[in-house]
Amino acid sequence: MLMFILRRILTMLLTAFCLTFIVFYLTNLPPNLEKLAKTEASARMTDAEVESWIERNGYGQPLIVRYGEWLGVAPGWTNVEANGTLRGRCVDRAEDRENAARFCGLLQGDWGTSTVFRNPVSEIIATRLGLTGILMFWVMVLMVPSALLIGVMAGMREGSRLDRSLSTFSIATTATPEYVSGVFFIVFLASNAGVQIFKGTATSAMDNITFENFFLPVLTIALYGIGYIARMTRASMTEVMTAQYIRTARLKGVSFRNVVLKHALRNALIAPFTVIMLQFPWLLNGVVIVETLFNYKGFGWTLVQAASNNDIELLLACSVVAVFVVLVTQLISDIGYVFLNPRIRIA
Amino acid sequence: MVDVIAEEQKLDLDTYDGPILEIENLSISFFTRLREIPAVMDFSCTVMPGEAMGLVGESGCGKSTVALGVMQDLGKNGRIVGGTIKYRGRDLTHMTSEELRHIRGKEIAMIYQEPMASLNPAMRIGRQLMEVPMIHEGIGANEARKRALEVVTDVRLPDPARILDAFPHQLSGGQQQRIVIAMALMSKPSLLILDEPTTALDVTVEAAVVDLVKDLGKKYGTSMLFISHNLGLVLETCNRLCVMYSGEAVETGSIKSVFDMMQHPYTQALFRSIPLPGADKNAAPLVAIPGNFPLPHERPQGCNFGPRCEYFEAGRCDAGDIPMFDVPQDDRHETRCLRFSEIDWNKPREKSVTTEKTEVGKVVLKMEDLKKYYEVSSGMFGGGNTKVVKANETLSFEAREGETLAIVGESGCGKSTFAKVLMGLETATSGQILLYNQDIQDTPIEHRSTDTVSSVQMVFQNPFDTLNPSMTVGRQIIRALEIFGEGNSDQERRDRMLELLDLVKLPREFGDRMPRQLSGGQKQRVGIARAFAGGAKIVVADEPVSALDVSVQAAVTDLLMEIQRQNQTTLLFISHDLSIVRYLADRVMVMYLGHVVEIGSTDDVFAPPYHPYTEALLSAVPIADTRVKKKRIVLEGDIPSAMNPPPGCPFQTRCRWKSEVPGGLCEKEVPPMVDLSTGHQIKCHLSADVLDQMEPVIEIVGE
Repeated sequence: MLMFILRRILTMLLTAFCLTFIVFYLTNLPPNLEKLAKTEASARMTDAEVESWIERNGYGQPLIVRYGEWLGVAPGWTNVEANGTLRGRCVDRAEDRENAARFCGLLQGDWGTSTVFRNPVSEIIATRLGLTGILMFWVMVLMVPSALLIGVMAGMREGSRLDRSLSTFSIATTATPEYVSGVFFIVFLASNAGVQIFKGTATSAMDNITFENFFLPVLTIALYGIGYIARMTRASMTEVMTAQYIRTARLKGVSFRNVVLKHALRNALIAPFTVIMLQFPWLLNGVVIVETLFNYKGFGWTLVQAASNNDIELLLACSVVAVFVVLVTQLISDIGYVFLNPRIRIA
Repeated sequence: MVDVIAEEQKLDLDTYDGPILEIENLSISFFTRLREIPAVMDFSCTVMPGEAMGLVGESGCGKSTVALGVMQDLGKNGRIVGGTIKYRGRDLTHMTSEELRHIRGKEIAMIYQEPMASLNPAMRIGRQLMEVPMIHEGIGANEARKRALEVVTDVRLPDPARILDAFPHQLSGGQQQRIVIAMALMSKPSLLILDEPTTALDVTVEAAVVDLVKDLGKKYGTSMLFISHNLGLVLETCNRLCVMYSGEAVETGSIKSVFDMMQHPYTQALFRSIPLPGADKNAAPLVAIPGNFPLPHERPQGCNFGPRCEYFEAGRCDAGDIPMFDVPQDDRHETRCLRFSEIDWNKPREKSVTTEKTEVGKVVLKMEDLKKYYEVSSGMFGGGNTKVVKANETLSFEAREGETLAIVGESGCGKSTFAKVLMGLETATSGQILLYNQDIQDTPIEHRSTDTVSSVQMVFQNPFDTLNPSMTVGRQIIRALEIFGEGNSDQERRDRMLELLDLVKLPREFGDRMPRQLSGGQKQRVGIARAFAGGAKIVVADEPVSALDVSVQAAVTDLLMEIQRQNQTTLLFISHDLSIVRYLADRVMVMYLGHVVEIGSTDDVFAPPYHPYTEALLSAVPIADTRVKKKRIVLEGDIPSAMNPPPGCPFQTRCRWKSEVPGGLCEKEVPPMVDLSTGHQIKCHLSADVLDQMEPVIEIVGE
């Protein structure tokens, strides 16, 4: 067990390493740096001025070296300005400029400063991730039970009218992208054009969550997942219902209700469990659209802001967080699978 | 009002002494979009209290459909289209699902073919057992658990308390089947339906399970409906028997009258196609039933068996539906044959073609001290300690040209591992395999020359999985020819392919057919053609006929024999079926837990002195002949795990002769190979005196 987790953590680190390097490379392409220089210093710089700004701010070094600096394994750059002040990657960040540390990167806990929000990246990530966490939690609370219920009800009598109608519903919801269903809900349920059941904006939910201001974004994300998980559960359930041990149970005289609840359910949930765990990384995706749409300033919204404003440090931090969320949930999923299914061993 | 009816029914039940099960003119059909497919037609049978009724027939004859019909569980497409099924005088076909629920499990219980599949994998054994009385008798969990413990002890499982807390996958196949039996007996039903209950089990386990079912049937006074394709098993377990063919009962009667005075051509043909003692591949070969089983929607007019029957009379047998006739002077013996009183049933069968015994040639394959060990790791998440599985332990033998060497043993004895090493799918841990004096034990198949590969070929157990479903039969054989480098042009290879189809007696048109259009026996013929494509010198046949029906088995076995005679092929015939081994093998090698425990000519191995394991194995095989008297030797317990073999002799944990060896030698040392006579060796500590006193297991009374 320990070996298994250790191996998985190693894989995780390696994946994170590769991925951040790719993001680092893409965000540090020359045109991006030029844009950065113009936003940071002055929009009306000449090409030569841009060149020297880039040089002075340490962006002129080879990519590998700068990646090392960001990671905290290479010493931060330093140079002496024409007017004699000492500047450097770590010097600029330190409060005590004289005794600044030599290394300041991810490993030292220094995530850098966001150029958009003018705040330390770690602070931004923490608050935004917290907000998204709240959103995700309610999505899961709504999505998982209803999806399983729909899936099990549809799968227990394959081909019945109930199955047909629930399956149609699941296909319809999975086939509708969030930007369509989101807009649809806003127009018909929260504006003057339709029935105005929901009032308030999701922005206000950041301070004070109520059913009225928070249900729509949750529903929009959950609906897509409900269809998907319900389809998986249904497939798994129909397969289990044709298994021989279900026939055994039926011919033991077990009532249909108990055949489903006691015999079929646990076996049918094994496959959807993996799918549900896969939903976490997917949710990180889903929130990008929904948070922007509802102007809920969570992780997805931050990602959009960082990307559109070329906020290199923030973007990098976002990708690191995303990688860890994906890999940690997969680890949990694999371990949980072993306990759910008594026959499985992980080698 | 409801109470009154229930009360009346209860009274009925208490005083009822008629038949337990009475099926009258039952017809069951399955409905597809295209057509109605009749699965069972005009089927009648009666099971009296305490009686065991056998239902015999080949796959597709409708015997399982009858069982599910009794349980009223025919699925969405199946429907009873005529007739009645009465359980203790009450018609099951008109019951509501609620009434049926009370009968299922409580009054009628069922035991299934695949024990692993019929137990819920995610539920502990105890809960699955306790459920039955809790539903039907409304008793509490504690009492139910007590009952479960009792029944698990009754089915002779060791350590019942531990078993109740286990999950199904933690038990062996035999133990699982005992649990399924225990589950059926939890509420003491009056009728037990057994659907091929031992087909998935090894012979010695089968013998123990059959013994158990018989004893429990007596103890609980349960009537039984025993469905099987194995006539020998039915002989051992049942009082009466019903033979089915293509959806109809063709003959029914007491075991004695059907076995000894059969009155239907199909029953006769069936008996002639199974290897009974006395059958011999050269002097008295088996007679396969000609033709194929008709598909349900292609049944002929009149007698279904007509087109394959040697007594067929045109204009009479195919005129119209044939009812069941009573056979005079015999109790409840019926047959569905118009000509049963005209046929001379005692006429010995016409002498079929006999052949000369083939001469065996020089040694082509020699194994010396072959060992194959595997390393496996334990623990839930891998890691843990690695253990060594000794799959093959000091295997030594030789096989000659034109010889049939049978390798016999139960699952887990290492016979398949041996085949893999020989084929080059695995390499040996130590020891030597000499093929035409060439070492091949360390050469995996990728590094073997085309010549070596084509000269050692294999025929697989399951013809349904070994053919590529999306390639024509001819193409697959040609592919094999290409790989073996046979033929110089496509045309030549195509001609050779057609010749191969002739060789395995398939029509040449089959070359353009897809595997799904072929029956099981035909697919196995294609498998044989493919194996012989490169002119194989040694063919390893891994249970080549065990997935096939009895009447087809005979034909496929004969085919193998014939090709062997023509090509002087060495046949290594891996099987657990001792009847067929006795019929076709020249020499037999018996394996147990990776060891060869006995090797010798077929006559030597099948006659005393035996190795104690061979003795038990022989006693376990059901033989469909009323004249045969067998000594019952039931092996207790399961085969020890190869990961943790017992010290000393591998068989000592289950051996009934162990006490005859002084000084506990069996537990200390692996016995040496002892020569008994020329070429007959056993691996046993028993002294020559004791061995000489052994009595034959199988005796034919009246000879």
